[in-house]
Amino acid sequence: MELPIYLDYNATTPTDPRVVEAMLPYFTEIYGNAASRNHSFGWNAEKAVSSARDMLGSLIGTSGKEIVFTSGATESNNIAILGVAEFHRDKGRHIISSPIEHKAVIDPYHYLEQQGYDVTFLDVNQHGCISLEQLEQAIRPDTILVSLMGGNNEIGTVNPLEEIGRITRKHGVLFHTDATQAYGKIPLDVERMNIDLLSMSAHKMYGPKGIGALYVRRKKPRVRLSPIVFGGGHERGMRSGTLNVTGIVGFGKAAELCAEEMASEAERLIGLRQRLYEKLTVELDYVFLNGHPTDRLPNNLNLSFGYVEGESLIMGIGDIAVSSGSACTSASLEPSYVLRSLGVGDDLAHSSIRFGFGRFTTVEEIDYTAEQVSSAVKRLREMSPLYEMVLEGIDLSTVQWASH
Amino acid sequence: MAYSEKVVDHYSAPRNVGSFMKNDDAVGTGLVGAPECGDVMKLQIKVENDQIVDAKFKTFGCGSAIASSSLATEWVKGKTLDEAMTIRNTEIVEELSLPPVKIHCSVLAEDAIKAAIADYKSRSAASAD
Repeated sequence: MELPIYLDYNATTPTDPRVVEAMLPYFTEIYGNAASRNHSFGWNAEKAVSSARDMLGSLIGTSGKEIVFTSGATESNNIAILGVAEFHRDKGRHIISSPIEHKAVIDPYHYLEQQGYDVTFLDVNQHGCISLEQLEQAIRPDTILVSLMGGNNEIGTVNPLEEIGRITRKHGVLFHTDATQAYGKIPLDVERMNIDLLSMSAHKMYGPKGIGALYVRRKKPRVRLSPIVFGGGHERGMRSGTLNVTGIVGFGKAAELCAEEMASEAERLIGLRQRLYEKLTVELDYVFLNGHPTDRLPNNLNLSFGYVEGESLIMGIGDIAVSSGSACTSASLEPSYVLRSLGVGDDLAHSSIRFGFGRFTTVEEIDYTAEQVSSAVKRLREMSPLYEMVLEGIDLSTVQWASH
Repeated sequence: MAYSEKVVDHYSAPRNVGSFMKNDDAVGTGLVGAPECGDVMKLQIKVENDQIVDAKFKTFGCGSAIASSSLATEWVKGKTLDEAMTIRNTEIVEELSLPPVKIHCSVLAEDAIKAAIADYKSRSAASAD
């Protein structure tokens, strides 16, 4: 086993060597511009793009014709939300979403709100689940879009996309899902789930960084949106700019590998997740699971270790790369807005650690992680005034804290 | 974020972790911060003839908070109460090379010292009555 251990697969993944191998010829041999229509360099590039497109589409039950390449899921989300909002501005200016969406979804709403749009953020329960009844009730005559993510990047909770799609289709409202974490990890089908727009990213699924895509439905209904990047009319006019052929080839190969291995890999990852959870909860008390116990991404485990601050815990497990919802690990000095939306107290938000597993994670690494985390938590609790108070039987909520 | 060597040192081998009996008249306890803010420090001093003869701490917080309080216990030991009152957070910042986002940790440590001294004084005043 080599150190350090990477357990931050929800942040990004290593590029699979098979993906890198597939990409290499497209740097130096097949380097044509896919938009060059009058020579073989262009044709060969276009051929590779087209086959990657089909592969990406097949993973969500569609053809390549509905795939628009972008620079990543942030851009895909921006095009979907801003593009639909702009195109349908005369039809309506109401969008429905949730407070635990990724910032690449939330931040465009803040922009739209300044432009006079209205965004309804559905409530989420303690597991990060929305209520389908509330969703249906929130739909108004001027609602143009519902955007709800596939799987949450922090807490792993998976949305009931099929049920959401049934409601949006019934009411004739477009349905966008940010599937950055879900794509390639869990089965998705835009027909069965009535998804109209779907964002995806290569680097979360063992492809390269800097390439993503947006699925845009072509019929029943044909989704119309205004572009946010202009200049050449590439990608059905929805996203101008020379295609990143090398990245696209890598993305396609990554999708092919995920398609082949999805079922067995999900099962393996759930096993690793369960193993880590069990080992930690046997060793430690006051460990709280964040997110849904079962309806979650196979590769995500988010835990709060009560009375231990997340950044200090990360410092104590220096050989293991994880992330935390603690304010001390973010630039904003605010704890995770996702955990806050779930009603997780700020104290436990500060104590949260996200473990993300993936294709190259081994049982040995999980066991080592469990040992390291357990001993670091125990050590930090020995110096935690909160843990001491709890052991003395003091209810921390009754303490008059001197906030700063 | 990379930590300074001194922060890592205090984090890995914190000085004076522990607790004194709170109801000991020679002990002053300062409890500052809040769990919601991600840091709580408990700093205790043991006083004989206005001199701090021993100190202990427990901290819930990031590595810099742990290091700041660990350093604070080292610094107050052997000082008179008046001398300990003059310890400034900026000195802690300097000693530990804390980056700007961690300055609040040093402020908290200064507050903890002051709170412990105030607690000791109010308790000894009460017991003198």
